[in-house]
Amino acid sequence: MTATQARSAGASRDDALVTVTGLRVDAGPDRLVHPLDLTIRAGERVGLIGESGSGKTLTALSLIGLLPDELRHGGTVALRDSSDDLLNAPERELCGLRGRRISMVFQEPMTALNPLMQVGKQVSEVLTQHRTLPNRREVRERVLGLLESVRLPDPERLLRAYPHQLSGGQRQRIMLAMAFANDPDLLICDEPTTALDVTVQRQVLDLLDEAVRSRGTSLLFVSHDLAVVARTCDRVLVMQHGRVVESGSVTDVLTAPRHDYTKQLLAASRLEPTAGGARRGAGSPPETGSGAGAGAPTGSEGPAGTERPAGAAELSEAAEPLIRVSGLHRTHRSRRRTVHALKNVDLQVRAGDRIGIVGESGSGKTTLLKILAGLDRPTSGSVSVCGVDVARASKRSMRRLREQLQTVFQDPMGSLDPRMTVREIVEEPLIGHSGARSGRERRELTARSLESVGIPASAAERYPHQFSGGQRQRISIARALVTDPDVLVADEPVSALDVSVQAQVLALLNRLVDERGLTLLMVSHDLAVVRHLCDRIVVMRHGEVVEAGPAERVYGAPEDDYTRALLEATPSLDRVLAEKPSRGGTGDRPPQP
Amino acid sequence: MIRAVGGRVLRFVLTLFATSVLVFAFMRILPGDPAEVVLGTGATEEALERTRAEFGLDRPLAEQYWDWVSGIPVGDFGVSFITGEDISPVVLDRLAVSLILVVSAMALALLVAVPLGTWAAVRHRRADGIAISAATQFGIAVPNFLAGMLLVAVFALGLGWLPANSWMPPAYDPVQFVLHLILPVVALAAVQAAVMTRYVRTAMLDVMGEDWMRTARAKGLSTFQALRRHGLRNAALPVLTVSGIQLTTLVIGAVVIEQVFVIPGIGSELLTAVAGRDLLTVQSVVMLLALITLTVNFTVDLLYLVLDPRTAVQR
Amino acid sequence: MSGTNAAAAGGPAGPDRPPARGVGLLRMLPVTGKIGLVVVAGIVVVALVSLVWTPYDPLQAVPEDRLSGSTLQHPLGTDRYGRDVLSILMAGAQITLLVGCVAVAIAAVVGTPLGILAGMRRGWAEELITRGADMMLAFPALLLAIMAGAVMGASTWSAMIAIGLAAGPGFARVARAGTLRVMSSDFILAARGASQPETRIARRHVLPNIFDLVVIQASVTFALAILAEAALSFLGLGTPPPEPSWGRMLQGGQDYLAVAPHLTVWPGLAIALAVLGFNLLGDGLRDVLDPKTRGRR
Repeated sequence: MTATQARSAGASRDDALVTVTGLRVDAGPDRLVHPLDLTIRAGERVGLIGESGSGKTLTALSLIGLLPDELRHGGTVALRDSSDDLLNAPERELCGLRGRRISMVFQEPMTALNPLMQVGKQVSEVLTQHRTLPNRREVRERVLGLLESVRLPDPERLLRAYPHQLSGGQRQRIMLAMAFANDPDLLICDEPTTALDVTVQRQVLDLLDEAVRSRGTSLLFVSHDLAVVARTCDRVLVMQHGRVVESGSVTDVLTAPRHDYTKQLLAASRLEPTAGGARRGAGSPPETGSGAGAGAPTGSEGPAGTERPAGAAELSEAAEPLIRVSGLHRTHRSRRRTVHALKNVDLQVRAGDRIGIVGESGSGKTTLLKILAGLDRPTSGSVSVCGVDVARASKRSMRRLREQLQTVFQDPMGSLDPRMTVREIVEEPLIGHSGARSGRERRELTARSLESVGIPASAAERYPHQFSGGQRQRISIARALVTDPDVLVADEPVSALDVSVQAQVLALLNRLVDERGLTLLMVSHDLAVVRHLCDRIVVMRHGEVVEAGPAERVYGAPEDDYTRALLEATPSLDRVLAEKPSRGGTGDRPPQP
Repeated sequence: MIRAVGGRVLRFVLTLFATSVLVFAFMRILPGDPAEVVLGTGATEEALERTRAEFGLDRPLAEQYWDWVSGIPVGDFGVSFITGEDISPVVLDRLAVSLILVVSAMALALLVAVPLGTWAAVRHRRADGIAISAATQFGIAVPNFLAGMLLVAVFALGLGWLPANSWMPPAYDPVQFVLHLILPVVALAAVQAAVMTRYVRTAMLDVMGEDWMRTARAKGLSTFQALRRHGLRNAALPVLTVSGIQLTTLVIGAVVIEQVFVIPGIGSELLTAVAGRDLLTVQSVVMLLALITLTVNFTVDLLYLVLDPRTAVQR
Repeated sequence: MSGTNAAAAGGPAGPDRPPARGVGLLRMLPVTGKIGLVVVAGIVVVALVSLVWTPYDPLQAVPEDRLSGSTLQHPLGTDRYGRDVLSILMAGAQITLLVGCVAVAIAAVVGTPLGILAGMRRGWAEELITRGADMMLAFPALLLAIMAGAVMGASTWSAMIAIGLAAGPGFARVARAGTLRVMSSDFILAARGASQPETRIARRHVLPNIFDLVVIQASVTFALAILAEAALSFLGLGTPPPEPSWGRMLQGGQDYLAVAPHLTVWPGLAIALAVLGFNLLGDGLRDVLDPKTRGRR
């Protein structure tokens, strides 16, 4: 009843569905969210943008009264027709509202569902809990309808499935079905697609868009991804360190940002190609500064150079391939089934190439890197790296190979041993190195390597936890470069970092690859990142290479359907903004029926 | 599913086999000649030979092992070297007494621990939750035989409400049977309840931190409803595992408690056999206790297949 | 409890943590952990003092003073032979600590490397070790000690070895779980990528990273060892007379429960206090050191 009222009143400008006044959240003496005001009108879609630790999730949780108990809060949250003060409402009252008038979808689909309960029961629970429907039969009908509406295949069978039998995308659809079960007035989404592959992200976002628009549901969408927010929302708030630094309509904020932080975020999320075809073709130095210059370096994160020695790449054309992979297969056999991680992969890399390997989870891209780095063995096929046959290499030649080929890993937390000092970490590849080195030599090389990535050598006796995420990734790069390798392999080197830090680390990688004339092999799920650094692209899917070629060509005129789908699914801020009707208003357009 | 069960049964049988070999080896390979134990150190070589032949100790070890182990499934443990009597009837009688003790203690402990542990978890930041945690800390620090002695001092010797010790068969006098059972069971269960309360609390706290509990609350379930409908079953899994393992501790605890209350259980039998160096009886009782433990853990393993849909698929 | 809250509220500190050692570790211990530490330290001091001084000779029987309650001469009374209870208690701390130390050492030395091996070498080695550990669960310390007592005769050493062996699987289990977590880290891949031999990876990466877990397990096992030793001595299968032992004091006290309850109360209190101390210390260490529970309480 209230829902219909809300919807019919949606057009009225001053009719706020949710009014947040002076909301603040404290953990002990630390203020996590500074007093914040926010109004969400009926049918309005509001985006909340911020990096980790910005307080965006806590703000979202406050609106549904699910803040962790140990945090203290202040201010008021009013929900029209229900409560003037949700924050201090009795638990009974909140229970009546959650799942009925306010719903929420969380970030991690793998853990958001009870592993021991059939998903059909988990969806129907939200209906029975609020006694929305008179009897079991109708509840069942409704659940089936909901599962169908989120386009899940074979809803009858899914009713009895357990969460572990579903993929991440399917689970997130179940969450959506649950959220829409009682036709809520407000839907809160906390990074709902961050854990999903791009193509799946797109499907889920499409569903969300459609459902929200057709029902006139108000939406609070929390995300770090500007492009995703831009495509979904009318209005945005940008949060940094627990404060809202800028707010306004999507078009206003994202085309003409006023606050420095917003500008930074925008610059960082618009990665331009730095290597590209330009390097090989005209030889003129491409623009690199856009990402690096914009980031305000924190402390020791120094600015990255943009100069590039001319002619470093010229040698590569005629030279013998540095890496030659042909007919590579890798299968994992378990008792139950055989998984083909790699199927018939061919790849040639010349010295000085910058290869980007793109693919979604399960595409085999990481397995390929591991085999190249000698961390995994091929099942069949031949792999030769720097003249060493990886499949048949002796221990000694493998060791030589590993000195020439070094790896930068994804997670800057996990790739540095927390019990070792930075010096011990960086010098590890030198221990047992073919040319045995004295302790002093090792120390010198370590210091030099650290300085080349912008970490002062004086920091070498500290432990990893004393550094920020970006700095740790620099340390990881220093470790990779300490043996002076020819090939640098990077496995999702920036995907664990906040956008503003990503740009700095990418600029650093770019500079080092240039200065040292390295061959770069980078794996990423993020097409923009790959395009930023690489001049050749390899697209992988289900363990196979579906397309390979120069970056310009692959991005400009993809030949394979999957590549096209991938490119299309990747949210692009510029494309979204171009498609948005340019209007000054803040999304008070009447909802479609 | 069938495959999963089959795998577990196979593993169980292999473990039983390995255990029996271990027990046999431990009792035979360690220094000490059973025949000498029977006759004393002063026995002549001739007498030793005769005794060895009498009990089959002169045969190859493998044969002796097979003789012993093949009798176990049919409840035949052989003849005691010391008393010359069949071991099985006595041992099985006494096992029944101990099992009554152990099972009632476990039931009582769980009856206390599940609500108390849940309460302590839900209110883990409040005074009462912290008080329960603190109480369990003290509870697990008290050896069960000390708890038994203190109970006797207060309720038997002090207040005179209950008998201080000894055992009454249920067929003889059911009321006295229960009265005699109370103090030893409470002594065993008190310490066990403290241990289990801690496990239940931890399991509940883990569950309460799960994302899907937040999902449940976002659906409109109250904290209590979310715990009842989603939390309990998930928390039950680790508690079940621990209960299986704790049952072993309880069986051993019973051995000690039987000494305090002078109860003719398997523990008393074992200790008498140890004092009399009745090796075959010790060996059989130990095997029997291990068998019980392994069977309980095997059952828990099978229960998992029913309770957790993930296990049937994964392995 | 308040100590950990501040650390947890830091937020993005994440799964890795400062290598808390020495004074820093002491400061981070929750209040209960500090109490545990004080109790443990107190018992160690008492044991050390008893080596050079006790109020009376703990073995000296004075028949005319038998079964006396608390008096000025004997603050905790005397036993049935007229020996000073306080002196026996002090001397008994030695055995308690000795049994704990040796049992924990055996368990840690046997269990930890096997656990690391099982975690690093998957496949049959892991299967064999975990199955073996599961099987050992069917033989608690007491049962092993009883078997050892049956075959070799009871002694402090047979008790210590039995308790140590029975506690080994606990260490193996903890070490294996920790090793599996460490082995899934990228820094292990990095070390392998740097051609580091497995033994060096075990020594330089795995062991330092699971060391905290082993320390926690040691503290908890120490408490279990004290309980097991007390039970064994109570059954007459542990420390033989006349060597002072808390468990045997309880055995002696049982016959005089009605007339001289102090013979039960004091050693009982000593055992409970020692166990409590080690448990509190272990829990406190877990709060500070174990990444899984950090910040939950």
